[in-house]
Amino acid sequence: MKLKIIIYLILLNFNIVNAETNSIDSNNIFKNLRCLICQGQSVADSNSEFAQTIKLVVKDQIKNGKSESEIYDFLVEKYGEWIVYKPPFNKVNLLLWLLPYLAFVSGGVIIFLLFKKRFNN
Amino acid sequence: MQKKIIKSFILLFIIFIIGVFFISLNKNSIYDTKGLVGQKITNVQLDHFSKNKMITEKNFKENEFTLINFWASWCAPCRDEHPILLKLNKEKNLKMLGVNFKDNKKNAKNFLIELGNPYDVLAVDNQGKQSINFGIYGIPESILINKDLIIIKKFIGPIFESDYEYIKSIVRKK
Amino acid sequence: MLSNIGNTLLFLNILLGISLIYFLFQDLGNKGKLISKNIYHICLFQSTLIIICFFTLIAAFVVSDFSIITVYQNSHSLKPFFYKISGTWGNHEGSLLLWAIILTIFSYFFLLYSKSHLRDYRIYSLIVQNILILGFLFFLLFNSNPFSVILPVPQEGLGLNPILQDPALAIHPPLLYIGFVGSSIYFSAAISSLLINYDGRLFAKSIKNWVLISWSFQTLGILAGSIWAYYELGWGGFWFWDPVENASLLPWFAMTALLHSLMVLEKRNLFYFWVIILCLLTFILSVTGTFLVRSGILNSVHTFANDPSRGLYILVFLSLMIFASVILLFNKFKKSNYNLNPNSKETFILVNNWFMIFYLITVLLGTIYPIFTEVLTDYKVSVGPPFYNSVIIPIVILFLFFMSLGPQTQWIKNNSYNLNLMIKILIASILINFAIIFLFKSYSLISNFIIISALFLIIYSLRDLYNLFKKKKIDASRIVSHFAFGALVLFIGLNHNFSLEKDFNLKKGEKREFENYSVKFNNLQLEEFKNYKAVIGEFEINNSQNNLSRTLYPEIRIYQSPSTITYEASIRSGLLKDYYITMSNIDRSDYYNIKFQKKPFMIWIWISVIFISLGGFLRLFKNAKKNY
Repeated sequence: MKLKIIIYLILLNFNIVNAETNSIDSNNIFKNLRCLICQGQSVADSNSEFAQTIKLVVKDQIKNGKSESEIYDFLVEKYGEWIVYKPPFNKVNLLLWLLPYLAFVSGGVIIFLLFKKRFNN
Repeated sequence: MQKKIIKSFILLFIIFIIGVFFISLNKNSIYDTKGLVGQKITNVQLDHFSKNKMITEKNFKENEFTLINFWASWCAPCRDEHPILLKLNKEKNLKMLGVNFKDNKKNAKNFLIELGNPYDVLAVDNQGKQSINFGIYGIPESILINKDLIIIKKFIGPIFESDYEYIKSIVRKK
Repeated sequence: MLSNIGNTLLFLNILLGISLIYFLFQDLGNKGKLISKNIYHICLFQSTLIIICFFTLIAAFVVSDFSIITVYQNSHSLKPFFYKISGTWGNHEGSLLLWAIILTIFSYFFLLYSKSHLRDYRIYSLIVQNILILGFLFFLLFNSNPFSVILPVPQEGLGLNPILQDPALAIHPPLLYIGFVGSSIYFSAAISSLLINYDGRLFAKSIKNWVLISWSFQTLGILAGSIWAYYELGWGGFWFWDPVENASLLPWFAMTALLHSLMVLEKRNLFYFWVIILCLLTFILSVTGTFLVRSGILNSVHTFANDPSRGLYILVFLSLMIFASVILLFNKFKKSNYNLNPNSKETFILVNNWFMIFYLITVLLGTIYPIFTEVLTDYKVSVGPPFYNSVIIPIVILFLFFMSLGPQTQWIKNNSYNLNLMIKILIASILINFAIIFLFKSYSLISNFIIISALFLIIYSLRDLYNLFKKKKIDASRIVSHFAFGALVLFIGLNHNFSLEKDFNLKKGEKREFENYSVKFNNLQLEEFKNYKAVIGEFEINNSQNNLSRTLYPEIRIYQSPSTITYEASIRSGLLKDYYITMSNIDRSDYYNIKFQKKPFMIWIWISVIFISLGGFLRLFKNAKKNY
């Protein structure tokens, strides 16, 4: 009974989430872009000439119906991967994306083995 | 035996990390867009400075080489490179395209009257939007491209005498 | 003059350190139970001298003695008195001296408060500690000397970077260094313990208060840095996953893991080698962080002057530490028999460590990965907030559930779970989450889970607190920290989902409207202050829904020394939300770029972190009461 209530409630949450409309948030994109001429600032945080230009271009591209990933791809093509704060999943960044999960899984395996050893003893 | 392998593996791993740190200490980490070299320029849509027309890739295809130079009257280093741009203008195989960047038209005109006009074609990028398409992040920047619109070299900051020699050597080879 | 005094004192300190190591080795051979009185005297003398040395530097800053390079580069005679003093540790050299002074004082305190422990254990700990002290003193004297002179003597200093002239940033380094340096004590103690095969339980007893001290201060130090970033950097965020922030977070993860597994070592004498590894790791990570920050190999908001020789020195120091620890560990490592029940407190603590190590590896990897790609493939990548958020946040959900259930279990073997209660609390959490969505606004699926799990932890902790008041038996420190951590995640989650950010350009007199708000640019004026000029904007914010009206005054400040422009945010803090405006000029136009933000529950994020560290202090006081 209780389990049913939980499942029902979670489903209810799901429904609301799905109802949300998908519009591209330009601010969110700015935050994911590095201001190349600043010290460790994102485009959203920077007041520099470069950041202001990038903001204009991104807004234009959104207006032209480009998707978020298309905008990132365009900028990566022009400025290299250094400009996006989320490194694309490719050969060079493979370890970056896989190692944390690998560490997580192996941690779990180690703990599991500790118990297994105990039962064998 | 197995233990020894694990131990030496751990030690090697640590040495590897420290080694990388050591190399990076002496590495210059200033970023530039040299990755653009070898790429093809596309989607060029620059407004002409004075006439009501568009400058597109077609205009580049007519020339053996083109140097695209981003400048503005408010940019101090642009003054420094100006004499060299004037010299480059004399090169036969090289066409000069100036892009006036986020500037006031009157100031820009005065700038060229005062120092001379090195450009064969002059375009304007009022809001700077077009500059992104060329991978510009601060002016002055110049891009040398060939007939096939492939970027041969990118110059970040003002063009120096040594850059002049380099451009000359490439342009005259043909 | 002051420079000579300072240099002499540094040099004397080195001599004292060397002689102390000599006497300590001598004392090892002596029979008898007590450490010789001489050593106490030398330690006291050493601490006094280095304190005087530090005061000499402060004095140089106060009287603006510009013959000293550090003062010349980081101070100005017109600077307010308070910032002259805080300027002492607002730079590379001064902050290293601060590091050395805390290191010295802490090792004296360790000598004083470890009297119940084995003599050889204490002596070896002190020897290692003094080798560390010497390492820092040599670095100070020969590479980063705060007392170097400049000739001819300049008339005026260059001034401290204005964004560093701030109360939160004045206390940030001392707090953080107590954390970093506190971990040196258990680094030394761990090496000493390995050397003499000290008993695990006693080892745990001797370092547990040091772990608590360093952990609590580290937490506060991170908080101070975060608050500073919130109102000084003008970005409206409080955590940017910047390499420097990560450098302070890495040891924190290791400390948190240590804090928990140390309890198992003390109560059950399990995980001895694991605890030792964590002890070594914490301090190694502290020094690694220092290396990454000071060598300038990472692109970050805070860059100290870039100087590869500094980096090289710290790197050599770091490698020696790592190799010494690893080789010692290899020699002493023994397989121990773990008698663990899967359903016990020990297991849950192990689970905590598992998650902490996961966070640690993720953040460490993200921080140093760009270095590796650049060196190995000549390829520059940025690892920023989207990476950390997408990897870490889903795992936090699971973590919060374990964190709620762990404290409910018993040592050795847990008898029963109160499954009924668990389901009730889960339903309550989901209902509250549902209510939030229903009443206010919907958010993404992952946010739903985050908020549900945070509520789950909060409700569990509240229930524990209720039981505590009824029985007066359970330890409140754990509940406070866990509750506050739940609250922290909840408020960050709500803050993230209910923030309103608008970025637009306005001219004086113009107005911008969005949602229920309108922002009007009323006025702009120029004012002169003692050490800067400011362009101050006046903005009126109106909320049509509840007739609220606020006026904010963001500034653009132009400093003369050093000549810098800073953008000062104007923030109206409230219990429920902060309003936040920054303004910046757009070159060659009358327009100003305005960033307007509504940030709910900011104050509660700060308060939660204070309570997290309060838990540590409570435990510390309880321990102190028990022992004396």
